[in-house]
Amino acid sequence: MVGLIMKRFLQLLLLLVGISFLVFMSMHLAPGDPATIIGGPTATESDLQAIRTDLGLDKPVLVQYFDYIRGVVQGDLGFSFQNNQSVSEAITSRFPQTLNLAIASMIVAIVIGVPAGIISAIKQNSWFDVSSTTVALAGISIPNFWLGAMLILIFSVELQWLPVGGLSAPFWTIEGMKQLILPAITLGTASAAMIARMSRSAMLEVIRADYIRTARAKGVKRNTVVWVHALRNAMIPVITVIGLNFGFLLGGTIITEQVFAINGVGRLMIDAIAARDFPVVQGTVLLVATLFVVVNLLVDIIYAFVDPRISYD
Amino acid sequence: MESLLNVQNLVTSFRTADGKLPAVRGVSFSVQEGETLCIVGESGCGKSITTLSVMGLLPDNGEISEGSITFQGEELTHKKEEEMRKHRGNDISMIFQEPMTALNPVFTVGYQMMEPLHLHTKLNKKEKKSRAVELLTQVGLSDAEKVLKKYPHELSGGMRQRVMIAIALACNPSLLIADEPTTALDVTIQAQILDLIDDLKRDLGMGVVMVTHDMGVVAEVADRVMVMYAGHVVETGTVEEIFENPKHPYTKGLLASVPNVDDEEHSLEAIPGSLPNLNEKISGCRFHPRCPFATEKCKEEDPPRFQISNQHQSKCWLHEEATTNESRHEAYS
Ligand SMILES: Nc1ncnc2c1ncn2[C@@H]1O[C@H](COP(=O)(O)OP(=O)(O)OP(=O)(O)O)[C@@H](O)[C@H]1O
Ligand code: SF4
Ligand SMILES: [Mg+2]
Repeated sequence: MVGLIMKRFLQLLLLLVGISFLVFMSMHLAPGDPATIIGGPTATESDLQAIRTDLGLDKPVLVQYFDYIRGVVQGDLGFSFQNNQSVSEAITSRFPQTLNLAIASMIVAIVIGVPAGIISAIKQNSWFDVSSTTVALAGISIPNFWLGAMLILIFSVELQWLPVGGLSAPFWTIEGMKQLILPAITLGTASAAMIARMSRSAMLEVIRADYIRTARAKGVKRNTVVWVHALRNAMIPVITVIGLNFGFLLGGTIITEQVFAINGVGRLMIDAIAARDFPVVQGTVLLVATLFVVVNLLVDIIYAFVDPRISYD
Repeated sequence: MESLLNVQNLVTSFRTADGKLPAVRGVSFSVQEGETLCIVGESGCGKSITTLSVMGLLPDNGEISEGSITFQGEELTHKKEEEMRKHRGNDISMIFQEPMTALNPVFTVGYQMMEPLHLHTKLNKKEKKSRAVELLTQVGLSDAEKVLKKYPHELSGGMRQRVMIAIALACNPSLLIADEPTTALDVTIQAQILDLIDDLKRDLGMGVVMVTHDMGVVAEVADRVMVMYAGHVVETGTVEEIFENPKHPYTKGLLASVPNVDDEEHSLEAIPGSLPNLNEKISGCRFHPRCPFATEKCKEEDPPRFQISNQHQSKCWLHEEATTNESRHEAYS
């Protein structure tokens, strides 16, 4: 287990170096000069030059990159070009919203996806199976922003049951939960669909396994056979899909935060890209990459818990 | 004396794309306490489906369409799932062919062993554990305490099959059904497992139904033998009768196809042709397309079971001169 954590940590370092380099280069080589945005339309060429010197943008790109990396290693992600706020602060203030959204969506996806898939499998070809597989197919194909807009239209504008947007209240309050429901459904639907499909096919395979017949031959109750003997085995491939979907969800927060006016990291990133605010873009990308690796590690650990055949020694 | 298990005229069918097809076509047999009945026949002749019918564990598309199965005098065919469940792993146990896949890979041996004890007995945790240890020792696994903590993948095939047997024995079953319990194991382990089942049968006085397609296994463990072909019982008799005086042409063919160590020329003389599909319509005796003795009558009329001796029956026109099953029964009753 320790070996695994070390391995993932090294992976993370390599990944961060690679990603930061790519993002750095693409930001700097892409058209659009932060100085003109900061200086505004009235700025003269010498004003712009002063701004560039101030931000260190006049140095060669590689030098800028190494300066940046030196900072990161010391825990300094730099300062926003736009308002001089430290990038770490900007991220820390926005991250809880994004994390809440991602976790809530994941919960929606698992709570709907796993039982739907399992019930589909044990009642194969029933009306439940047919309708849930159809809904799953639709769920995968519907674009996020459209689903979000429709949900807002129905539940917030027409029925006025839920707020139109924002995520200001803490998630453990009623108000916070109300704010979280629609974004979480919007973001979680596609993942729920993917998890349901995987749960169904994994369960269909497991339920035919010899050890299921053995369990029944021992006199185990039908429900126990399904929800204990079969489920634990069927979950092994599903965990992989859940892990992959967490990454997918993190990506999805960008659009969902826009649709629901949530002040999360996704919005921070979009705004920063528009303003050519390089340090903020860098910081948010590194955060997402780190989360990705951490989730992978979690998946590996859960794997070893569920499947005793896996060991990381 | 009342039989431990009595199966009368069992017909088990499958709903398939070609309609409802019988895989077991009127099978009758009985098993007494302390007796081993071997069911033999080629792959696909209906051996497993016969035993699964007894367990009430047929595949979803299968059902018992006719006949009766009584266990200790109790009719099983119309039992509700919940009532059948209480018999399974309790007084009727079953072990299967594939020890490599028959245990659940994600639970410890201990968990899987305690399960039937938990379901069918009132033992407390400590008693269950000591019973599990006792069982594992009984099936020849030393260091039982350690084995309990292991996962199936940490055990060899032979050890897993011993664990399976221990699980099956957990609640002292009166009837043990073993469906090719040794086919997947190598020869030495195979002999050990067969000996083990035989010893346990004697010690515990269980009735055993052993499914196999290996005549060598039959010779080793059977008291009585039931030969099946295409869903029918074609011959039954004591193990001596079947080996020394086989009557049915199919049984003779099976015996001839046993590898003969002394005479390689005659080893593996398989029966020509192959088992008909479930949906194949065959008039008369279902074996006639493959039978070297088939006559016109065989092609037209399905032979009844003819009584050769008290326990010996053959479903073949060649033995018509013997009394029929029915008249024999009359003579006895
Ligand atoms: N679920 C099912 N649906 C349709 N037909 C089935 C089903 N299960 C078994 N059969 C058919 O029933 C027949 C008897 O099968 P069974 O498993 O009893 O054979 P067997 O004698 O045990 O053979 P083997 O030695 O290979 O185990 C076979 O022809 C098989 O194809
Ligand atoms: S009844 Fe006829 S075909 Fe059938 S086994 Fe006997 S001799 Fe052969
Ligand atoms: Mg079989």
